[in-house]
Amino acid sequence: MTDLNDTIVDAVTRARDERKPLYIRGGDSKRQLLGRDCQAEPLDMSAHRGIIDYQPGELVVTARAGTPLADIHELLAQHRQMLPFEPPLLGGRATLGGTLACNISGPGRPWYGSIRDMVLGVRLVNGEAQLLKFGGQVMKNVAGYDVSRLQAGALGTLGVISEVSLKVLPLPEHSTTLVYAMDATQALEVMNRRAREPRPLSGAFWLDGRLYLRISGAASAVEQTASDWGGERSQQAEDIWSQLREMSLPFFRGDEALWRLSLNSAAPTTTPPEATLIDWGGAQRWLSGDADFTRLQRSAATAGGHASLFRGGDRNGEVRQALEPVQQGLQQRLKKAFDPHGIFNPGRLYSWL
Amino acid sequence: MTVPAASRATLQARLREFLPEHCLIDDRESQRPFECDGLSLYRELPLLVALPETVEQVRRLLQVCRELDVPVVPRGSGTGLCAGAMPHPEGLLLGLSKLDRILDIDPLAGTARVEPGVSNLSISEAASTHGLYYAPDPSSQIACSIGGNVAENSGGVHCLKYGLTVHNVLGLKVLTAEGELVSVGGLGLDSPGYDLLALFNGSEGLLGVVVEITVRLLPCPQLARVVMAGFDSVKAAGDAVGAVIAAGIIPAGLEMMDRLAIRAAEDFAAAGYPRDAEALLLCEVDGTREEVDQHSDRISALFREMGASSITVSNSDEERALLWKGRKSAFPAVGRLAPDYYCMDGTIPRSQVSPVLEEISRLSGEYGLAVANVFHAGDGNLHPLILFDASDPRQIRAAEDFGARILDLSVEVGGCITGEHGVGLEKLRQMPSQFSREELLQLEEIKSAFDPGLTLNPGKGIPILKRCQEYRALPTRDGHD
Repeated sequence: MTDLNDTIVDAVTRARDERKPLYIRGGDSKRQLLGRDCQAEPLDMSAHRGIIDYQPGELVVTARAGTPLADIHELLAQHRQMLPFEPPLLGGRATLGGTLACNISGPGRPWYGSIRDMVLGVRLVNGEAQLLKFGGQVMKNVAGYDVSRLQAGALGTLGVISEVSLKVLPLPEHSTTLVYAMDATQALEVMNRRAREPRPLSGAFWLDGRLYLRISGAASAVEQTASDWGGERSQQAEDIWSQLREMSLPFFRGDEALWRLSLNSAAPTTTPPEATLIDWGGAQRWLSGDADFTRLQRSAATAGGHASLFRGGDRNGEVRQALEPVQQGLQQRLKKAFDPHGIFNPGRLYSWL
Repeated sequence: MTVPAASRATLQARLREFLPEHCLIDDRESQRPFECDGLSLYRELPLLVALPETVEQVRRLLQVCRELDVPVVPRGSGTGLCAGAMPHPEGLLLGLSKLDRILDIDPLAGTARVEPGVSNLSISEAASTHGLYYAPDPSSQIACSIGGNVAENSGGVHCLKYGLTVHNVLGLKVLTAEGELVSVGGLGLDSPGYDLLALFNGSEGLLGVVVEITVRLLPCPQLARVVMAGFDSVKAAGDAVGAVIAAGIIPAGLEMMDRLAIRAAEDFAAAGYPRDAEALLLCEVDGTREEVDQHSDRISALFREMGASSITVSNSDEERALLWKGRKSAFPAVGRLAPDYYCMDGTIPRSQVSPVLEEISRLSGEYGLAVANVFHAGDGNLHPLILFDASDPRQIRAAEDFGARILDLSVEVGGCITGEHGVGLEKLRQMPSQFSREELLQLEEIKSAFDPGLTLNPGKGIPILKRCQEYRALPTRDGHD
């Protein structure tokens, strides 16, 4: 429960003055994931932890970036609330700051939103070693640009996230899981059709010839929907969703290359079914094993989305979808606006950032 | 440093190379409808008004303005409430109302691709044949454009449950200040690099001109129901809101009105509001039939426990619409009580409602101006309506000072100066009460990364501290008196 803002500002000041880049590290749970390899002096955030404020009635929690998500998760559960984006806790190592920087969300994301959707405010140390505050602890705030949300997915390249305020939601009263045997193409059709019905769907994924639908909300509504939709009720429902969230299902094991496709939820499947997991009601697809990145990018672009090398493979090359030149130029200028000396996580997101 | 502005003739000649005559308005009288947005205290006439009909025309227009260094002020339907679309006297007003096509709707993916001039409501109307709708519903939804919604990150009465514009937009096509087309977001749920979508939503036309929007559509709920309750004090109503949230229910909408607003709305709409109540709550739940039954029963019981003096539950869509009619017409209804009103937009933590309203009431006495309060209670967004007479310069000054005090108060209790209306020109002077100098400079760096020449909507949204902008600064409203 220590506030280390002064230490962080000192470290960034030194890094700026000496032009020595920093690799910002929380629980070190995602170093091999999401981004490129980054060789720089680690800035350890894990001691900068603690929940600063939690008002269940306001649906808002504020904590230091190094706070383990598991601590927040536990405190919220005591008040029957949750982090709606269902982030992986990664054995208790995942931190709040790292989760925001990675914009990583679990199975409920299409229905409850991502951490990007839930973030209300941040404190951030920019490349000039200034501790800045954007947003706040209220749900609606349109003063100034939305710097808080911009941190989601930036992989720490725009500044050191020091503190985060998030919107939280009540835990659903009741939940059940329905399972159907079908192929990927059918599953995509059913997922999308079910998601367009006014029903309390809260998860939809497909793996190994089985579609899993999770329904959550008021008990009466969940039961009615389950009975209307039919299908087999899963017995180990809780387990399967938490394993999906933690990426601990057998599908994710090993150290093979793991590709992530973020697409139009209704786009047809183009990857080999035995190496594919479809989540987020079709909007997030995982592909395990060797693949041609250029081809994946092309097919993702056709499906209105993007491809990335989430784990394994060559992490010195680009791991994210190539951007068109105008977009790339804007991103480079934006990076410079926050980090003019290029000291934060150089090359982690793209080689040119 | 003063840079001479391009003359109207030069600009007009260059634009006429690709814009038909009917797309340009140069005479003062025809420009009048464009002199202000929904905040009519602030008025200005532009050099020229352009109403392009194609994206290509917008692109070329931006190139010309960039080349001639002419300020460009984008405008949707002009329903904004912060003078964000007020013209620049040396600039071009870029009206996007003619880009008004719904390009396609994908019912299976639940998305719609539209041009910026399409009205908010018409998206839902077009989607309704598929049982889908576009969730954010600002009060002006009949008229306001989706492009304007993106610029302001508009909310509405249902955003506690369904989010703001930023939560419901998947992708944008944007023209940069240089007139280059860039795609932001797409049809998926995230982006590969920086989330520019998050920046463009709510950027008030300062970073680029949005020419296409892909929105997420949601299934129309099976049923919606309103529980209305009157309370003997604002505090009791505030506590009742807390009780609903504590019970684990996220209502689709949760609105509060104070005594003056209740009476004005009832006189206007005859919705059956309790005229003797000190505070009124309108709580809407939606979802499946079972869920709505379960939640509306629970909410009625909670309101009773929290001391409601009256409770009404809608039994049909007509009854529900009538209960909302009072709330939705609250602004014009309050407007009948005085020649003019000034609507504030601070957001505060919900727990602060009661003390903040007390302080507003005290300030009302101090300034000698009545105030009615309409409040998105679910998310803490306050709309105090200050009543005044604009024909009296002293009252204008008092209303502005009173408003500024309310915004300062919102920041003091942990809130912000604008929840959904935007900064525009109106709240520029309040920005330093929410942001430090370093924070404002950081915002300026972002602006400059997208628009180094500062031609897009200059003088609005964020104060420019570092770069020379004297020739771009807009006169304050006082300067117009």
